[in-house]
Parts: sequence; structure tokens; C-alpha cells
Amino acid sequence: MPNQPFVTVTGSAAAMREENIDTDIIFPARFLLITARADLGEYAFHDRRFDADGNEVQGFVLNSEQFREAPVLVAGANFGSGSSREQAVWALLGRGTRAVVSSSFGEIFYSNCLRNGIVPILLPKEDIAVLMDAAESGAVFTADLEALELRVEGQPPRRFEIPPERRMAMLKGWDETDQIVNQFGADIDAFEQRQRKAQPWLYQKEQDT
Amino acid sequence: MTAPRTLYEKLWDSHVVAELPGGDSLLYIDRHIVHEVSSPQAFVAMRESGRKLRRPETHLGVADHAVPTRTRGGEIPDPQARAQVAELEGNVAEFGVPYADLTGPEQGIVHVIGPETGFTLPGTTIVCGDSHTTTHGAFGALAFGIGASEQGTVMAVQALPQSKARRMKVELVGRRHPLIDAKDIALALIAKIGAHGAVGHAVEYVGNAIAGMAMSERMTLCNMTIEAGSRMGLVAPDEVTFAYLKGRRLAPRGAQWEAATAYWRTLASDPGAAYDEVVIIDLAGIEPQVSWGTSPDQTLPIGALVPSPALIADPSERRETEKALAYMGLQAGQPLSSVAIDHVFIGSCTNGRIEDLRAAARVAEGRKVAAGVRAIVVPGSAATRALAEAEGLDRVFRDAGFEWRFAGCSMCVAMNEDRLAPGERCASTSNRNFEGRQGPGGRTHIMSPAMAAAAAVSGHLADVRDFA
Repeated sequence: MPNQPFVTVTGSAAAMREENIDTDIIFPARFLLITARADLGEYAFHDRRFDADGNEVQGFVLNSEQFREAPVLVAGANFGSGSSREQAVWALLGRGTRAVVSSSFGEIFYSNCLRNGIVPILLPKEDIAVLMDAAESGAVFTADLEALELRVEGQPPRRFEIPPERRMAMLKGWDETDQIVNQFGADIDAFEQRQRKAQPWLYQKEQDT
Repeated sequence: MTAPRTLYEKLWDSHVVAELPGGDSLLYIDRHIVHEVSSPQAFVAMRESGRKLRRPETHLGVADHAVPTRTRGGEIPDPQARAQVAELEGNVAEFGVPYADLTGPEQGIVHVIGPETGFTLPGTTIVCGDSHTTTHGAFGALAFGIGASEQGTVMAVQALPQSKARRMKVELVGRRHPLIDAKDIALALIAKIGAHGAVGHAVEYVGNAIAGMAMSERMTLCNMTIEAGSRMGLVAPDEVTFAYLKGRRLAPRGAQWEAATAYWRTLASDPGAAYDEVVIIDLAGIEPQVSWGTSPDQTLPIGALVPSPALIADPSERRETEKALAYMGLQAGQPLSSVAIDHVFIGSCTNGRIEDLRAAARVAEGRKVAAGVRAIVVPGSAATRALAEAEGLDRVFRDAGFEWRFAGCSMCVAMNEDRLAPGERCASTSNRNFEGRQGPGGRTHIMSPAMAAAAAVSGHLADVRDFA
């Protein structure tokens, strides 16, 4: 399915001064029983946002008036670690997150972001501390995928990297499967022919005696 | 002559379909395991785009995460879980995916039945919408977890763009105490390098200790590799691997078996192959491990005290420790062995295999689960359950007061009937002590199967060496 093209996002940034915010925190497992991918925003950080009685937890950054709608998150190291659940990304997207900034990401989460129009911005740990202070002071953040720059009011722009094919696909809103079929369909056919010859056991539907 | 290559590089090179302009590669994917929780959206995408599976026989479907384990067969009580399993059954039928039926002999946790059926083979690339796909690397397969969007891509084109990982070698040296399990080694490694210590790396386990390890222990090591941040754990295939696979339903036979093993023997890292990082673990220094916090690297030997934030100089580490202790309801300086528990969970893709159940049963035999503790044993697969029953392990557990369950993910993941209530504390053989992982507000201590059994009969965290 084609995604919405992404170029830049501008707005406030919510600082989450914690490390190891795993995908169970971002999207608790019990909500995985929902098989739809739309409207998952209400479950993002559910057990941080709400207490056992369903009341909002005071002091959680995304419950504050100022950062409730923040399109950027700045988080401690290892953000999105743990489970591969893409629901974590769909939930972030559902609540309006379009860029996440950290000094390291769970790798599957990172990969899932790139396929859903969220820009994962990897920066050195020292920068994250500065950006958290800026976020809390209310600075406006701009994540620019075209220029590969994170611009924050009152600071020099910071460059970040995104794998070039994914960046292009995000900028254009391309579907990954279509892209592969169109560009590499013949290469996949050729690979299978070679592999079938070299490792025929991988092509037997049932292993015979 | 080509430069010496690591196992990872050989697996990578043998699956490159095309080089991509930015430096990544398009990798061919040989195998895909499909479970009920992560796959529905991928099938929806297939249906909406009118695509077919390129090679349906290279996929294997099974329901494991949401299924109840108290009973098997009949209607699943929870309507959402029932609908999710029904959706999987509809999807595999519609798209022609081989399926291990919920009540059949091959049902079980994805990472237990892949190896058990011979679906998992050395030299292959294996993906699943599940981060613990690292497990299959124990066979010398390039196996990694992916998201639902990538699953859709694999279904349609049998390939995925990937960035090459850095190479990390974890060398196990020295001799371990007989009661030290692969789980203790994995936890000690994670505590040493951190929960993101291996991000961006493919981790290969080497050393004499590996040669002497059964496949179950190698799988535990590779399974836990994701808890150090790496998507891929690897062990070179050897005679132990081949002995495990021979005769399994989907393993090659006859002349094919000979050809396959000849190829698999070439996969081991070449002498002199280079690694980007090397970590050495001395097994002689490893004691039974238990996690105390909410990240797998917050782990200590059972003889240790709960950390004191006041003694931690680094402000960020101090804050993380305070946060974890508050969630876990622990006092700084308290001996870990004094921590009382409410629940015990023995099972999961990390520790739900027959060897794990035997290790736990050795401790449970002739003893009783402590008063006030609820303990469950959940085999990783129907086949494991049947084998355990043939060995009489179910009797041992039942006599000791454990519940004996049907196969599934159960209390590892809190999306089925088995959940902790807020504030309840569990000694668990699962892989994640994350906040809420076993139920909202639940408190998880991860450890080996023998350690979990020791905790069950003690009523508190305990040292398995006291039960030898």
C-alpha cells in the first residue's frame, strides 16, 4: 500500500528522559489482540498515560497541555527495543508522531518506522541531552527528510542519516513491494534458479524418503 | 584466494539477490514463520493489493501467542483471541500456507516448532514477525525478526532490503558449574554489555562450551541475543546440529541429506576471519542469575543485593535504577534471595524445550511448591508436551503442585489468559522483564528453568545450587 509522502515535520517535541522505552511500553501486548491497524493512537503509551482506573497520570509528558500533540519525540537510548510489533509504530503515528530522536533504536522498530512515514533520527548521546533541554523549554523542532537535517530553534542544524532507498521511498510515498517487483523481479527469478540447482533440498515441497 | 569470512558473511553473501544503490542489499528469504498476532495486517495488504504468495510452501503458520493453555480444543473463551486465531486459519487456507493446527501434534511456539519440524535448516534465511526469531540462528541460519510491512513484502517477493550488520564474536571460555544454564550465560552477557550493547551487530557464539551444548541451550543463547539489542544470534552448524535435525519431517533425506550436510559443514567461520567486536565471557565466574529491574541488563547473581541508587555516581543510571526499583517494589540493599514471589512461569520460546523441563523437574521432584505460590509449566510445543509426558515429567510437576499446561506463549506475553495482576511478582523463565510484560503492573524476574523451580519450592528467589 502506498504511504503518505513525507518531507518535513515541524512542531513541539516531547522529551522522554528514560532509556530502554521498549515496544511493550509504547504498545502493551494485550492490545495486540486488535487486528486492525487504524485508530491505534489511543493505545500509545497506554499504561504510562493512564492509571489502573483509566485516569490520566499527571506528570507524564504526553498528558501535559503543551506536549499532548507534539509531533516529535526525543527519548533516551534504546528507544523501541524489544518486540517486533509494528503496532508500536502505528500507535505513534496514530497519535501524530512523525519523528523520533534518540541515541539508539531497537533495530526492528527503526525498520518499521521507515515503512510507515515516521523518521527515526539517530544522534550522539551528547546531542540528545541538549535536545531534551530544548524540547522542554518549548523550542520548535523541524525534521527535514529531504535535507536530512534536524533543525531546532536557536541551535545549529544537525545532520542525520537514513538509508538512501528508504529515504527516497518515504519522500515519494512508494510501496516497497512494488518497488522490488519492478526493479528486481528478474534478479529474484535468477537467484531462485541458481539456488534451486545448488541447494535443491530447499525446493522440495515434501521431503521424500 | 578469498579473504577469510565469518559465518554471518557466508550466510549474507549466499543470499544477496542484488546490491542496492545506497549500499544495502536485497536478500533472498528462504523461510517465513507466521503467527496469529503479527500477520493479520500483512495478509490484509496482500488481499488489498491482489497479490499472491510467491512460494506458499516456504511459509509455516501456527497460533501460539493468544491461545489459552489451560485447555485445548473447543471454543477459545476470549472473543478477541478466538477471532484472531480464526483469522489466521482463514488466511492460511486462502493463501495456501502450510499450517500446524491448534489441536494437532505440531502446534507450539513458532521458535520451538520451526526446529522441531525441520523447517529451520542451516544455511537459510528465516524471518518471522517476532523479535525472538534470533533463536533459529542456533542452527547456523540467518534468522531475524521483522515487522508486518516486511512480512507482506516477503510474502509477495521472497526478498527484503537489508543493511549489513557489524560482526560481534562472543567467546565462551572456561568451565561452568554443572547447574549453570545457557540462560545464566545469556543474562550474564547482557548484564555485561547492556540491553543495547549489540545493536547493529550479528552476534556469533564460539568456544569449547558451545561445542558441548545441546541445541536447546544454543537456542536459548541465540533467543536472548535480541535482549542485548542484536537481531541475529549465530552458532556454526556442527555434528550436534545435524544429529538434532536428521529425520525431522522437513529435513532433507537420503542423497539430499548428504549434499546438505556437506554444504552446511562449509558455513563455519574461517580461521582468521575478522570481527568488529569481541566479547569474552569466562564461564567459571558465572553464578546463577536473576533480573531485578525492568530491562534484561538489570541482572545480578542470586547472591547479590538489590542495587542502591545512592551509591551510583552516573545520574542517568541512578535515575534508571530508581525507576526500576519503584516499579519492582524492591528495597535498595535487600538480598535478592529474600524477595518473595507469587507466581512461577516455566516455559516460553526461551526455555520451553524438553531439556528445560527436565532441568526444572530435577529440582521439583520430591518437593512441593511453597504455600501461596502459583506455579505453571507450559511446554513450548505439543511434541515437547508429549515427550515430557512419556518421560513422566508431568507427574513430577503435578505431584509437586505445578499446573501442567498445553503449549503456547502463555505468561511470557500477557495477551492470553495467563497474566499477572498489578503488583504480583513472578519468577519466570521468559525473556523480558519489561514493565507490564506479564500483565499491567506485574513484576518479572527472569532466570533459568532450574532457578525458577528453586524459587517455586522456596517461595522466594533462591539459589539452585542449594538444591543440588
